[in-house]
Amino acid sequence: MAVLGLSVELLVLFVGFGFMVGVFFGFFGMGGSFLVTPALLILGYPAPVAIGSSMAFVFGTAIIATMKHADVGNVDYRLGALMFVGITLGIEGGRLFVFFLEELGRAELVVGIAYVLLLAAIGVLFTRSALRADGADDEPDDPDEIPELAKTIKSYDVPPMMTLADGSKASLWTISGVGGGVGLVSGFLGIGGGFIRMPAIYYLIGVPLAVAVGTSLFGALISGGVGAFSYGRSGVIDVGVVTALLVGSALGARIGSAATVYVDESDVTIYFGIMLLLASAAVAFGEIANWTGIAAFDTVSFVLLIGSSALVTTIILYYGTKEIRAGALGPAATTGEK
Amino acid sequence: MIEFASPTVQALAVVALVTVEAVVLYTGYGVLERLAGPPVIERIENA
Repeated sequence: MAVLGLSVELLVLFVGFGFMVGVFFGFFGMGGSFLVTPALLILGYPAPVAIGSSMAFVFGTAIIATMKHADVGNVDYRLGALMFVGITLGIEGGRLFVFFLEELGRAELVVGIAYVLLLAAIGVLFTRSALRADGADDEPDDPDEIPELAKTIKSYDVPPMMTLADGSKASLWTISGVGGGVGLVSGFLGIGGGFIRMPAIYYLIGVPLAVAVGTSLFGALISGGVGAFSYGRSGVIDVGVVTALLVGSALGARIGSAATVYVDESDVTIYFGIMLLLASAAVAFGEIANWTGIAAFDTVSFVLLIGSSALVTTIILYYGTKEIRAGALGPAATTGEK
Repeated sequence: MIEFASPTVQALAVVALVTVEAVVLYTGYGVLERLAGPPVIERIENA
């Protein structure tokens, strides 16, 4: 029996995995997409299908996140619109590169290696952040403050200069460069790219942090829409996979978001960091399985990715139920992308 | 995979489908959360 073109086992797997990814997205504000492409690669989907389907999933989650944050208002729509061309060109460039690699028969290998490095890098960042004893954050005291790097970049008058929502000016070249660079990574890996786009908007274009977060969310909507359209034109998006993932993630995101009220993020960040390191290892084992043809590595890869995701989801839910039982209402911690 | 018409129509169909799915899921789970959320929290508190 097949539902949405998937066997019942795969349907349950994708809904369940979507649920876990949704919990991470709702709780940490990220992790919504950079686990999906690796999972599809490990399951044997061709790289263009894995990336294209992940981009469509990113689009769906971005719509849901935008609906949820519609009343926040910290979005510089003018900046988002100016980034649109760069994002579009970047994503198209990323897609063309994937199909070029596919023709060479190297797409799964190159994308897989890129994910091994990406997941390891983010995993190290999260783990280090969790282990930092001082617990210091990098947020500025003044919410309108912008970093020194952004001030320096803004001091160069490279026309055409565009006026941002806060009245400051930024070169269209900087805006397009940020949009294009992040779009390229999104289109190549099938990710929303918020963890790159938000810092890039803040540190390179130079808008206040809250506006950078809101505008980055708007950017995810643009990236997801353009990516889904771009890969959709190539006919490589598996709608059944996307639907199953969204069914799970939309529910998981609500539960993850609700858990932020009860669970202190710092209690579980280290588990998320370790999970990303294990996910990196999982993709590496998947690559080894492809090179050696030894199926056992594929099994190890699958168990590592799904098992570590399930474990962190369980930890978040466990802490949440424990705090609810204790009647300890913690401070609401998250308000959007991090 | 959706395989019909021109690539552009095919792509627009995917974008439209994902949009509808996202809106329906957001709204549907929102209703579910309002209805089932308080009893679930209460049950956990009393467990």
